[in-house]
Amino acid sequence: MSHNFIVRSQEALTNEQLQSALAKAGGGFVARRQSAIDQVPDFEQMRDQAQAVRQKSLANLDIYLAYFEQQVEAAGGKVHWARSPEDLRRIVIGICQQAGARTIAKGKSMVGEEAHLNAALEAAGMIPWETDLGEYILQLAQEPPSHIVAPALHKTKAEIEALFRNAHQLGERDLQEVKAIVDEARDVIRERFLTADVGITGANMLIAETGTAVLVTNEGNGDLSSCLPKTHIITTTFDRVVPTWEDASKIIRVLARSATGQPITSYTSFFSGPKGENDHDGPEAFHVVLLDNHRSEILASDYREMLHCIRCGACMNHCPVYQAVGGHAYDSVYPGPMGAVLSPLLRGYPQDYELPNASSFCGRCESVCPVRIPLPGLMRKLREQERQVAPPPRVNRTLLSSFAWLASKPALYRRLTSAGSWLLHKLGRGKGRLHKVPLARGWSQQRELPLPQGASFQSQWEQHLKDKAKKSSPQGGGRG
Amino acid sequence: MAVRQRVGLFASCPVDLMRPSVGFASATLLQRAGFAVEVPPQSCCGQVNFNSGMPEQTRQLAWQLITTFEAYDYTVVPAGSCGGMIRHHYPELFKGDPRLPRVREFCERVYELTTFLAEVANVSLEDITSASALTDVVTYHDSCAGLREMGIKAQPRELLQSSGVTVTEMAETDVCCGFGGAFCVKFSDVSGRMADNKLDNACAAGANLVVGGDVSCLLHLAGRAQRRGLPLQFRHVAEVLAGDFGTPAIGEAEGGSHES
Repeated sequence: MSHNFIVRSQEALTNEQLQSALAKAGGGFVARRQSAIDQVPDFEQMRDQAQAVRQKSLANLDIYLAYFEQQVEAAGGKVHWARSPEDLRRIVIGICQQAGARTIAKGKSMVGEEAHLNAALEAAGMIPWETDLGEYILQLAQEPPSHIVAPALHKTKAEIEALFRNAHQLGERDLQEVKAIVDEARDVIRERFLTADVGITGANMLIAETGTAVLVTNEGNGDLSSCLPKTHIITTTFDRVVPTWEDASKIIRVLARSATGQPITSYTSFFSGPKGENDHDGPEAFHVVLLDNHRSEILASDYREMLHCIRCGACMNHCPVYQAVGGHAYDSVYPGPMGAVLSPLLRGYPQDYELPNASSFCGRCESVCPVRIPLPGLMRKLREQERQVAPPPRVNRTLLSSFAWLASKPALYRRLTSAGSWLLHKLGRGKGRLHKVPLARGWSQQRELPLPQGASFQSQWEQHLKDKAKKSSPQGGGRG
Repeated sequence: MAVRQRVGLFASCPVDLMRPSVGFASATLLQRAGFAVEVPPQSCCGQVNFNSGMPEQTRQLAWQLITTFEAYDYTVVPAGSCGGMIRHHYPELFKGDPRLPRVREFCERVYELTTFLAEVANVSLEDITSASALTDVVTYHDSCAGLREMGIKAQPRELLQSSGVTVTEMAETDVCCGFGGAFCVKFSDVSGRMADNKLDNACAAGANLVVGGDVSCLLHLAGRAQRRGLPLQFRHVAEVLAGDFGTPAIGEAEGGSHES
């Protein structure tokens, strides 16, 4: 197992700014989600329905995708298939070049992040402008997102203010209020929508029946990125497809409640092709680029349920590990529990297998997942897979195998472990605990070691039965 | 008198190796509830290997446990974590195996201790519990597997209340304490932070005794609280219900530091 996460998490735990940002954001998400689901009659049933939509969609994915493509093309748009992130970058850059683009207004797209699209656009001589406030902040800071819904969650207000002062001509203007920061960003970004040659957004869903891409946002920047520039490119993955509008509505009902605790986001946008004859506005060209990047393999594997994910972020909002260290510790576009499963599957770097180990299997993620992905179960499966692709140190394997061997011999197990417990007990000389324990640094770094009470329970129970028999036998054997 | 039903007590590794008093307290409670208690030769339920991605070895340990305990009317475990492993993950482990029906039949007769006493034993809880001597401010730590896999939340509280103990709830009772088996040594710092959050919540609730249903979490929390010098003690719920306050609390010195 690589120690990338361990090193990064240690840094995160001592980073005061990060800790203050995490403390501020964490509890809010949990409380808002709870209050939103308390306001609906049966959220559990809504989860069941959303899960059923995802199951159905993936079960007949080929049919729905073919239909989606047909409908987009009938409306005058074009669907592109990108097997790898390189393909996606090449396709998007090609469209932009054809449109003669110099500047690009970008809505938030996790797939764009996954494919490192911004760097590629810059290398091709274009200027991508992030228009989502969080993404804009991160573009100024030159940092990757740390959360899939709130990308700049790790930034404090003071850090954001400093970034703005550095990048904008602010003079003496006061940015103490959050509203002042938002207004300032809006002024700068509004200008860009009007001048951008191409708009790139993500999509939360693709509706097959009408060839419609659905986007949920709270800032409205998605609409402006898509409608004002002459070309609109949607970058997403093929697994986002659902058959009908009815199905899409079942996902929408659980998405914002799980993500931000809203019944619905401020904007839910539906993009069905380029501007039609009777439309007053809209793009002249409409492209949907669908990334695979190992998702077909996931679809055919035991990990298919991971493709149910609707990217609400509830798993990370409720994950005590994520809440302690933040998203950057995961060193991936996708952090938290969903990222701990997705990163090894999408990238397969040996170090990614550390991520599914960085879980206490507390199960809180699964308990809030709106589409009931068994996240701990999938992480456990990855731990099994890790033993094949990136075997843990021999000493670990030997220890675990020896323990299993010993445990399969109960009589020997009882004698050995009881002697071990007794010995450890004696080491404490009545103090009940040890401060430092050789060979158990992982434990003693953080904790005292409470010691066993003496011989094992099994041995003491046997002795207890013997004592009882001895006591009762002189009187003739009546058992208590 | 009707033949008493037989309960096989599966102690769990933490109780067997670290805290036998919980095993004795569990046996006492079960006997008071009218069951004949036996402790057959046993080792680990396999959770350690299961969570390390070793299903084959886990199946062997699981089958050993099943064949040892299936003769009893019930198997009772004073640990939500091992109980969850057996009841929920054993059937999953034997998926596609011809032994699955037998595994399922067995698992349905496996209970975590407080659930068994509160929901299955069919006894007056006041009659079997005896914690009225306790004067501490008690808070309850819900262990994750117990809470989410086994639905254990009301049962221990109901039992504690019948025994005369008032539980003062702390904040965030559904958040993990950071134990997580190998997690707590592999990711020691993160685990320590999670423990601190839990301990701070317990202190903020004004508690001085943390009671829980899993010795594993309690060893981790007690060790961390002692390292920080916090005025908190830790006991398994079975000890409290059985009225065993003579045994030193987890990690405390012999000779009773608990008398309050």
